[in-house]
Amino acid sequence: MSAAATAPAGTKRGAPRPVEELDSVTIRFVGDSGDGMQLTGNEFSRAIAKAGHDFATHPDYPSEIRAPTGTLFGVSGYQIQFASRAVFTSGDAPDVLVAMNPAALKTNLSDVKHGGTIIANSGAFTDANLAKAGYKGNPLDDGSLGDYRLYKIDISELTAHALKASGLSKKEVGRCKNYYALGLMLSLYSRPLEKEEEDIRKKFAKKPEVAEANVLALRAGYAYADATEMFITSYRVRTADIAPGTYRSLTGNHAAALGFVAASELAGVPLFLGSYPITPATDILHELSALKHFNVATFQAEDEIAGICSAIGAAYGGALGMTTTSGPGMALKTEALGLAVMLEIPLVIVNVQRGGPSTGLPTKIEQSDLLQAVYGRNGECPIPVIAANSPADCFDCAIEAFRLAVKYMTPVIFLSDGGIGNAAEPWRIPDPASLPKLKVKFRTDPEGFQAYARDANLARAWVRPGTPGMEHRVGGLEKDFLTGNISHDPMNHQRMVEVRAAKVEGIAKDLPPLKVEGPASGDLLVVGWGSTYGSIVQAREKAAAEGHTVAHVHLRHLNPLPPDLGDILRRYKRVLVPEMNLGQLSRILREHFLREVDTLSKVQGKPFKVSEIHDRIVELCKKGSK
Amino acid sequence: MTDMAVLTKKDFESNQDVRWCPGCGDYAVLAQIQKLMPTLGIPRENFAFISGIGCSSRFPYYMETYGMHSIHGRAPAIASGLKLARPELSVWVVTGDGDALAIGGNHFIHAMRRNIDLKIILLNNRIYGLTKGQYSPTSEMGKKTKTTPLGNIDRPFSPVALALGAGATFVARTVDSDQAHMAQVLKRAAEHKGTAFVEIYQNCIVFNDGAYDAITDKSVRDDARLLLEHGKPLVFGKARDKGIRLRGLEPEVVTLGEGGAGEGDLVMHDEAADHSGLAFFLSQFDAPKFPVPLGVFRAVRQPTYEEMNIQLHADAEARKGRGTLAGLFGSGDTWTIA
Repeated sequence: MSAAATAPAGTKRGAPRPVEELDSVTIRFVGDSGDGMQLTGNEFSRAIAKAGHDFATHPDYPSEIRAPTGTLFGVSGYQIQFASRAVFTSGDAPDVLVAMNPAALKTNLSDVKHGGTIIANSGAFTDANLAKAGYKGNPLDDGSLGDYRLYKIDISELTAHALKASGLSKKEVGRCKNYYALGLMLSLYSRPLEKEEEDIRKKFAKKPEVAEANVLALRAGYAYADATEMFITSYRVRTADIAPGTYRSLTGNHAAALGFVAASELAGVPLFLGSYPITPATDILHELSALKHFNVATFQAEDEIAGICSAIGAAYGGALGMTTTSGPGMALKTEALGLAVMLEIPLVIVNVQRGGPSTGLPTKIEQSDLLQAVYGRNGECPIPVIAANSPADCFDCAIEAFRLAVKYMTPVIFLSDGGIGNAAEPWRIPDPASLPKLKVKFRTDPEGFQAYARDANLARAWVRPGTPGMEHRVGGLEKDFLTGNISHDPMNHQRMVEVRAAKVEGIAKDLPPLKVEGPASGDLLVVGWGSTYGSIVQAREKAAAEGHTVAHVHLRHLNPLPPDLGDILRRYKRVLVPEMNLGQLSRILREHFLREVDTLSKVQGKPFKVSEIHDRIVELCKKGSK
Repeated sequence: MTDMAVLTKKDFESNQDVRWCPGCGDYAVLAQIQKLMPTLGIPRENFAFISGIGCSSRFPYYMETYGMHSIHGRAPAIASGLKLARPELSVWVVTGDGDALAIGGNHFIHAMRRNIDLKIILLNNRIYGLTKGQYSPTSEMGKKTKTTPLGNIDRPFSPVALALGAGATFVARTVDSDQAHMAQVLKRAAEHKGTAFVEIYQNCIVFNDGAYDAITDKSVRDDARLLLEHGKPLVFGKARDKGIRLRGLEPEVVTLGEGGAGEGDLVMHDEAADHSGLAFFLSQFDAPKFPVPLGVFRAVRQPTYEEMNIQLHADAEARKGRGTLAGLFGSGDTWTIA
């Protein structure tokens, strides 16, 4: 916590505590995967958002739904940073750790800021739980946490006490302790309770007794923090200077879903999602499944291949066809991607990337499917690739993906990742009239129709089956340049391979100029893509403030690359690419521009810390300016 | 092409040269389907033929309709997406024993299970033709092929039994050499609402010639096949003197008039039975112990997937009103920064 002002200490019980003003706070909630930490984190961020803060979150959970209690591998966490200024990341190191059990403390302590605050559920620090976490003694009592501000609160017992009269079973009472923790934190950060109570009653409308129990737990936690002398201060973060407008909190997957519905409405064409559940992409399917009052059809297919194939069928029928998946599912869809390239029909494939290869790290963040997206198919098989850089950006990317798909009659791969997909940030609700137009025109005129005749963008016509007089066949075999009939002619194949490549390359001329943050030339250019955006922005700003001539450009379009990128790269002595892989964009840049780039690689299932990128920027700037 | 009356078989023949081997059973199927199309009262532009990979999957190129020659095994999935997006179309899948049952087995069973209104025509020649003669999931035990030089040890299964097991609402079998029977079965399939599955025994003249001689050769076929007729007893034989009787749960072939067996003792065929027990029982019949059943095993009307899907959308819209972007964006918890 970076303290801006400290109020005088010393309070009386019941009297209002002094309030400490902070610029930003990073809080991490950690507990068993069944403890409801994701829920607590979500609820807390909503309360924070409504107070007018900017925020960013990072959920970090195991792939087991409910791992054995108390184990190290079953720990689930949710981190939020909120501030009085724009927030780009969920924060490097937590100022506050709320640890619901010993395993949660053990696995997260090393991340906590030196001198930070630890709020521990002492009731869960039993001998059995301590042993499961591998503690010999109790860290809450043995002085090993002397460097931290430690608050021991028996959340389990206090929740049970508050719910004594509720009539709920012990197990049910145990499930309410996350609301107790939430109450504590809301009080500590000077947030009101009423709205949260309303939300709980709404959330558990079908189980009023559970709703009331959670409200009681919440109030008990709030009152405890209010009344005890344990917390000598409350904290307040000034509201951020945020553009006026109406906001809501959105995860990247939710934002993408809204973007796809928007694309469908803007184009006046139905949306069809064929998908097979896979972490961390499934939420897009969840969201769209609930929107049947729009022109949105969802189809939970029998496997990943059927997911994309049903979308191809729907696109062939004249819908905005799409599929959602993550790395392993993407691998399964590869052959069908080739078919979509041959058919030259619009299709959007969302890959919410996770740690790979194989099953890899299903719930962890990584950006290692870029080369797969750009190159990973048999034959010369070009597909445009775009990537979102934040949860809210998923909305715009969803529309952009379909804009390219229908304009160029091509499949488009939209890369997100687990960090973006599950993390939330405030989204300024746009006026639908301000959204880009999506022009879709189905050809209905049989006069002179040739299935593979092309327009100026090299796109062929989109013809819906059911259109009289234009019956024709398409397929995965190489086709004649004009008629689309099967052709094994050698020169025709050369021509078709080249025209498919030229069509995708031609998208470059349709891309807006890149936005360079920082000096137009200098020692270092940081090139990023995807979810590294926030960390790079903050790292660059810090380094620039320290006097380094460093700029940042973030790529949304990864295939084809923006046409002005080569010129921008030439204006800096060095180029740094931080990416959560072993240097995949770096390879692409070297190949396209024949210039050396430095890679900052991280593949730990965790996002970059601002400090990690900042340190490398400073190091390279020093080299570059010599 | 909306003037239905003038259409003929010829209107459904594309300008592409048919490239199956001379004498291939696929020709007969193509001819029957081209003949059937103009009789269905559906505008030509509303037909779409989707196929996978294999000899039979070249089928769409020869139909003057909309069509897609897709990738191996995936035609039912593509067709499902097309039918859901465009319920007004008549969507046909043409597939083979490798395409539908080996590489595409998963899509095949799930199409049956969902009861999407697709017509799935499986040309079963019990061999891989396009890759030049490897055994398929319907090749007999012991069969010698290029990949089973010492005889096949890979047990075959029955497509009809598989379809029934997956809950298909229309299951039939016919044979390429019996044009009249094929025409009748295909028409029934076309008229069925829901997934209609037709297995067509098809002779591969190059790699598996004669596979179905026992039931196609005019001199012996009547004793080797059982023509299924709804509401009629299971009678077969050149002299129509043989029938199927049940002893407990075991079927047996009896000769009428011998040992007191009369028509009244025989199993009655009921294609519309609620459950598929009888149809499944028939699907187990195989030569030489039993005659091979041809005709409609099962035909029941159940709600189709796309009908229910349309209903879900109508209900949602009735409940919530047609969605608007402004409403969607502003739903949930919002806050305003002045």
